[in-house]
Amino acid sequence: MKLKHLSTGLIAATLAASSLFASNVAMAADSQFVGALVYRTGPYAPAGIPYADGFSDYINLLNTRDGGINGVMLDLEECDFGYNTDKGVECYERMKNNGSTGMPAVMPLSTGVTYALLDRVVADKIPLITSGYGRADGADGTVFPWVFVPPATYWGGADIAINYVAGEYGGYGNLKGKKIALVYHDSAYGKEPIRTLETLAAQHGFKLSLFPVPHPGLEQKSTWLKIGRQLRPDYVLMWGWGVMNSTAIKEAAAVNYPRDKFIGIWWSGNEPDVVPAGDAAIGYKAMQFNSVGSNYGVHKAIKKHLYAKGNGSAKNEATVGQVAYNRGVQTALILTEAMRGAMAEFGDEPVTGEQMQWALDRLDISKDRMKALGADGLYDPIKLSCSDHAGKGRVKMTQWDGESFKAISDWIQPNNKLLRKLYTESAAQYAKEKNITPRDCN
Amino acid sequence: MFYREAGEFKTSYRSDQAILTIPQDRWFMATILIIAFVVIPIFFNEYWLGAIMLPFLILALAAIGLNILTGYAGQLSLGTGGFMATGAFAAYKLATSFPDMHILLVILVAGFITAAVGILFGIPSLRIKGFYLAVATLASQFFLIWLFNKFGWFTNYSASGVISAPPMTLIGDIYVTGTKATLLAKYLFTLSLVVLLALVAKNLIRSNIGREWMAIRDMDIAAEIIGIPMLATKLKAFAVSSFYCGIAGALWAFIYTGSVEPLAFDVNRSFQILFMIIIGGLGSISGSFLGAAFIILLPIFLNRAPSLIGLSLPVDLISHIEFMVFGALIIFFLIVEPHGLARLWQIMKEKLRLWPFPY
Repeated sequence: MKLKHLSTGLIAATLAASSLFASNVAMAADSQFVGALVYRTGPYAPAGIPYADGFSDYINLLNTRDGGINGVMLDLEECDFGYNTDKGVECYERMKNNGSTGMPAVMPLSTGVTYALLDRVVADKIPLITSGYGRADGADGTVFPWVFVPPATYWGGADIAINYVAGEYGGYGNLKGKKIALVYHDSAYGKEPIRTLETLAAQHGFKLSLFPVPHPGLEQKSTWLKIGRQLRPDYVLMWGWGVMNSTAIKEAAAVNYPRDKFIGIWWSGNEPDVVPAGDAAIGYKAMQFNSVGSNYGVHKAIKKHLYAKGNGSAKNEATVGQVAYNRGVQTALILTEAMRGAMAEFGDEPVTGEQMQWALDRLDISKDRMKALGADGLYDPIKLSCSDHAGKGRVKMTQWDGESFKAISDWIQPNNKLLRKLYTESAAQYAKEKNITPRDCN
Repeated sequence: MFYREAGEFKTSYRSDQAILTIPQDRWFMATILIIAFVVIPIFFNEYWLGAIMLPFLILALAAIGLNILTGYAGQLSLGTGGFMATGAFAAYKLATSFPDMHILLVILVAGFITAAVGILFGIPSLRIKGFYLAVATLASQFFLIWLFNKFGWFTNYSASGVISAPPMTLIGDIYVTGTKATLLAKYLFTLSLVVLLALVAKNLIRSNIGREWMAIRDMDIAAEIIGIPMLATKLKAFAVSSFYCGIAGALWAFIYTGSVEPLAFDVNRSFQILFMIIIGGLGSISGSFLGAAFIILLPIFLNRAPSLIGLSLPVDLISHIEFMVFGALIIFFLIVEPHGLARLWQIMKEKLRLWPFPY
C-alpha cells in the first residue's frame, strides 16, 4: 500500500520534472493508458508480431492524426509475454493499475492467459475482450458481464464451416452420410468446436471424426495417413495453431488430400501458416472474421501518417494489411470505439474499466461508422448488448492462391438461434459451478 | 565471531534435536517469517502478492516435492507437471462433487489422491534407474495430461476441457478462491500452507524415513544389504513427493489462476521445477525456495530492470536480453557452485563462523 503512495509520488515527481520540458505536459496529465499484452518473442511470434504492430499502429494513428480520442491522448504500453501464460498473468498484474484510471480493458490473444484472467478481471473490474478466441460461451453477457467475444466465436466458426460445406453440396439435406473430419490442437482451444460439430452432426446426419494433434503439432504423419488413405473424408476442418498449421497442409499434400476440401479456422489462416507450405498450400481455405487486403482507408491513413514519416511499428511496410495485422487493427478499433462510447457518457477524460464495460455492453459500430473509420468492408459491423456479448459473428470464407488469401464468399452468418442455446447451456453450467447469479439484462 | 556453535550448551534431547541449533539461525528464520507474514502484506502492493509471491510460493512447494524424490531419494523424475495436474483435477472433481467440502480438506484429499497416483507410477522405479527412470516418469507426464484431455468426466464435460475453481471460504466470509477472494487472503492462506508443509518435509527428512531415502540415493545396494526395503522406501518417496506436487497443483488451479487448462501443467512445467531444484540445490529444502526464487523472480526482475533505470527499449529486445542474461546466469551459477544456491548459502555460513579470523 505504501508503494502505491511512493509510485504516486514518483509520478508526481516525474510530472514536475517533465513540466520543465513543457512539450507534452498536457498529454501526460490526462492521457488514457492502454496496456497491450503482446508476443513479439517466443514460438508464436510470427503471428504475434504483425498483430501487435497492427494494434499499436492504429493507436498511434489516432494519436498523431486526431490528437487522441476527443482530445485524450492514448498512452500505449506493451508487455511481451512470449505466449507464456505465467508471464502473461504477470504482465496483466503489472499493468492493470497503470495510468490515471488503470487498464481500460485487456486483450491477451492467448487462450491460456484468457482462462487465467477470467476470475481476475471480475475482481479487478476490467473488461476482457477476446476477439475470436477464448471462451465461446462468453457470448452470454448475463453470466460473463466482463467478457466480450466480438466479432466471432469458435462455435460460430464451426457452424459456418458446416454451413459452407452444405452450400457446396447444395443444401443441408445433402449432408446426410457425408464424412467430415476435424483435425484439432489438443488443448482447450482446439476442443472448443467439438460440441457444436457433434450437435450439427446429429442434426444433419453427417459423420464426424476427431483427430487430436498433440502440442506443438509437428508430428502428424499418422493422422494424415489415416485421413488420406483410410477415412477419405469429404471435408477436413482444422483448429490449428502456429507450426501445426503449415505441417498439416504439407502432410495433406503428402497424402494428396485435396486442399480445396480443407478448411481452417481463422487462427489457421495467417500468412505464416501457409507460406512455409509453399505450393502445397494453394487452394487451402480458411475462415476469416475480417476481410483481407491492404487498400482500405485505414491502411492508407496508417501508411500516410505513420510509415511515410518513419513512425510505423512494423519493420517492413509490407506487413500492413496482413491477416494478423488487420486483426490487431480490429482489436484496437473495438477498444477505441468502446472508449468513445464511454467518453460520450462519462465525459472526455480517461475512462475506467467499469465505464468501458458499460460502453462495451452497448457497443454499436455500424456500417456508417466503419465507413467513417476507413474500415467499411474490412470489418463487419458489431452490435453488442447486455446479454449478447458476441454480435452477429459473421465470417468470410477465403482461399489461398499462393500469394494472398482471396475472399470466395460474402459474409456468412452462423445459425445464431442454435448457438445462443448452446451458449446459454454452457454458461449456465459455469454459473452453477462458480455460484454466479446471472445478472438481469432487462 | 557472532555466528558460531561454541558456547551453545544443549541440556536436553529436545534442544539437541532442534532444526536450528544456532540462535542466529533462529533469529534469521524468525525474521524471514515476520517479513513473509507481516511486512510483505502491509508494505507490498497487489502486484507483488498476486503476480510474484503466489506463483513463487506454489512452485516452491512443488520444488520441495520434487526435491524429496530426486534430491533426497535419488529418483530422477520428469512427471512433476502430470502430478500437479492430478492434484488440480482431483481438487476440482472433489470441490464440484461435494460443494460443502472445506477447502483445506479438498486440497488435502487431492494431495492424497495424487500420492496414490504417484505410487502407481513409482512401481517401475524398482527396476529402472537413473536416466531411464526419468524417461519412465516422462511417460506419466504425457499419460496424465492426455487422460485429463481425453475423458470429459474429469472436467465435468466442459466444452473446452478447462476447469474452474468454485468460490470457497476458509472461515466465515473469508473467500480464498473465486472472484470475491482478496489477494491478501489468498497469499496468507498459501503462505501458511507452504510454511507448514515445508516444516513437515524438513522433519520427515530428519526422521528415519528421510535417512532411508538418502541411503538409497547414495548407494542402493549398500542400503538394501543393511536392511532397507527397496520397493517400500522408493514408493514412500514417490507418495510423499506426489502429495506435495498434488497440493501445489491444486493451489495453482484454485488459488493462483482460478481457471486452468491441462496445458498449464505440460512438460515445460516439469522441466521448470527440475531446473529449480538443480539450481537451488538437490537435497535441500531451503534450496527449493532459492531455486524457485531464481527461476521465477529473476526473469521478472531482468524484464523490468531496463525501465526501472529509465531505459526505454522495445519490448522484444527486453525479452531477448532477459533470455540471454538469464541463460548466462544459470551457466555462471552452475560453474561457480554445481551444488546449487543452497550450497553457496552454506559456504557463506561456514565463512561467517570463522569471521573475522580466516585460516
